Amino acid sequence: MSAAAPPLSHRKAPKWLPYLLVSPTLVIVLVFTAWPTVQAVYMSFFRQYLNFAKFRTPTFIGLHNYRELFTSPDFLQVLKNTAIYVAGTVPASIVLAFLFALLVNRAVKGIGLARLGFFYPTILPMVSAATIWMFFFTPDYGLFNSLLETLGYHGPENWLGNPHLALLAVMIVAIWKNAGYLMIFYLAGLQNLPEDVFEAASLDGASWWTQLWKIAFPLLRRTTLFVSTIAIIDAFQVVDHIFVMTQGGPSGASTVLLYYLWQVRFEDQNVGLASALTVVLIVIMLAITITNFVLSEREGA
Amino acid sequence: MNSAKLRKRLTAVSLNALTAVLAAGWATIIVWAVVVSFRPSSEPLGRGDVWFGHALTFANYLKAWSLAPFGIYYRNTIIIVGMILIAQLMTITLAGFAFAHQEFWGKKAIFFFILLQLMIPAAALLVPNFSTIRKLGLFDTTLAVALPYFGSAFGTFLMRQAFLEVPRDLVDAGIMDGCSWWQLLWHIYLPPSVPTLVAFALSSISWHWNEFLWPLVVTLTERSRPLTIGLVRFTQLGEIGARWPLLAAATITVIAPLFLLFLIFQKQFIRSFLHSGLK
Repeated sequence: MSAAAPPLSHRKAPKWLPYLLVSPTLVIVLVFTAWPTVQAVYMSFFRQYLNFAKFRTPTFIGLHNYRELFTSPDFLQVLKNTAIYVAGTVPASIVLAFLFALLVNRAVKGIGLARLGFFYPTILPMVSAATIWMFFFTPDYGLFNSLLETLGYHGPENWLGNPHLALLAVMIVAIWKNAGYLMIFYLAGLQNLPEDVFEAASLDGASWWTQLWKIAFPLLRRTTLFVSTIAIIDAFQVVDHIFVMTQGGPSGASTVLLYYLWQVRFEDQNVGLASALTVVLIVIMLAITITNFVLSEREGA
Repeated sequence: MNSAKLRKRLTAVSLNALTAVLAAGWATIIVWAVVVSFRPSSEPLGRGDVWFGHALTFANYLKAWSLAPFGIYYRNTIIIVGMILIAQLMTITLAGFAFAHQEFWGKKAIFFFILLQLMIPAAALLVPNFSTIRKLGLFDTTLAVALPYFGSAFGTFLMRQAFLEVPRDLVDAGIMDGCSWWQLLWHIYLPPSVPTLVAFALSSISWHWNEFLWPLVVTLTERSRPLTIGLVRFTQLGEIGARWPLLAAATITVIAPLFLLFLIFQKQFIRSFLHSGLK
């Protein structure tokens, strides 16, 4: 907490006032963050299917849900998809974000328009963006295939219906949407760098590329750490486009963790297994936050 | 021109070209949607035709609005976003004030407890929160979509930071003058913190205008469905099929208000997103 001087005492403010002031926020965190976390852990030890009369009342089954999860080929496929999704979208968005930031951080006429072009996907709803992107993946006249054909290559018939390409397609949309958002953090970082760093480098005859790679990028390490954390957390919690584009298909090829959680709970009506999945997701989220915290502490030291 | 200068020139030109190509590529998505939404449904969408056609029409919008109750979706989204915004502005201001200005037993513990919300994102808690909403009897209401967001750890943190930056002298002077706590908050703490509130508000509006998964789970009928859910249902209507002009019109309908707001207040939006790295 802050080291600010303690405030002057307030004759008119009763002792319970601060508790009253924080209570609405506290109640929301209690009811919609703390309690559900406890509840998810608890329910993960029970069997409860809502679509079988027989299993509607929860029965204690210990760790069975977790055992089922980690031996189920579906779940292992989901973990693999999620790993590919995160490992693909996060670095790609970050590299593009850094490149965009460098490009638009120059005093050139019309650069504001370019900045707008990169950033605007941030404020579009993911479902709207995905709806438009669907067209670009359409067989025959979709943009991707037209482009490939212009290059003399016969594109795959159907991106979203192809098990080898569906995941890639939803990843492309996520990268397109995120790069501009992450760009603004690099842009802010670049603008905070002392200008003489660049001037000294160009007097030395260092090329533009060397300037950015050897000087700017290392100086922006903290920004990169911050941006990576946002990007990773986002990758786990944004699955809206999957609902629009592939519904996790074909045959599970584009199902990632959160989407799978939704399916297990709201299609299979399997509350116990969904709770175990919730716990897995919470553990991953906490691990990411804690790692980020530890790393940034070390950076700050 | 000497060679160093020439090389510099060349670098600049090629960077400009790269910027233009990439930005145009990125923008294609929205430009295409806008153009297609005004093209007659009857026109072929084969390569290139969309860009070079001549006919323009508003029919797709009328048709889209006649096929789905976008007016009601609008109303619901505005109610949800509005409820969240008003509740948040109050709760984060009050809590931020308590944490910045007041001393009380358990302050640190409560503060860290609230930060828990930043560590476990709401998306992960979909399943248990859904059953809470059912138990509260709020299923299929706009309040169900909004309620979990009425308190914001991030907003509380932001406001606390803003309040801590208000000069001590000013606060002490207020106390000497006999201000009550709410006069102190209203006249001394809040005025310099308005930019922070605005930044938070803009990111809150765009975040909740765009939200999809939580409303998908807690809404069931038109009485509570927001625009994002309405759009996805619309794309799945049998009679739509792959009629892109119609889909584009529906999409633009959903995007338009926030997008216009963004175009007008671009700088503020970007600053606000910069502020709110972790939502």
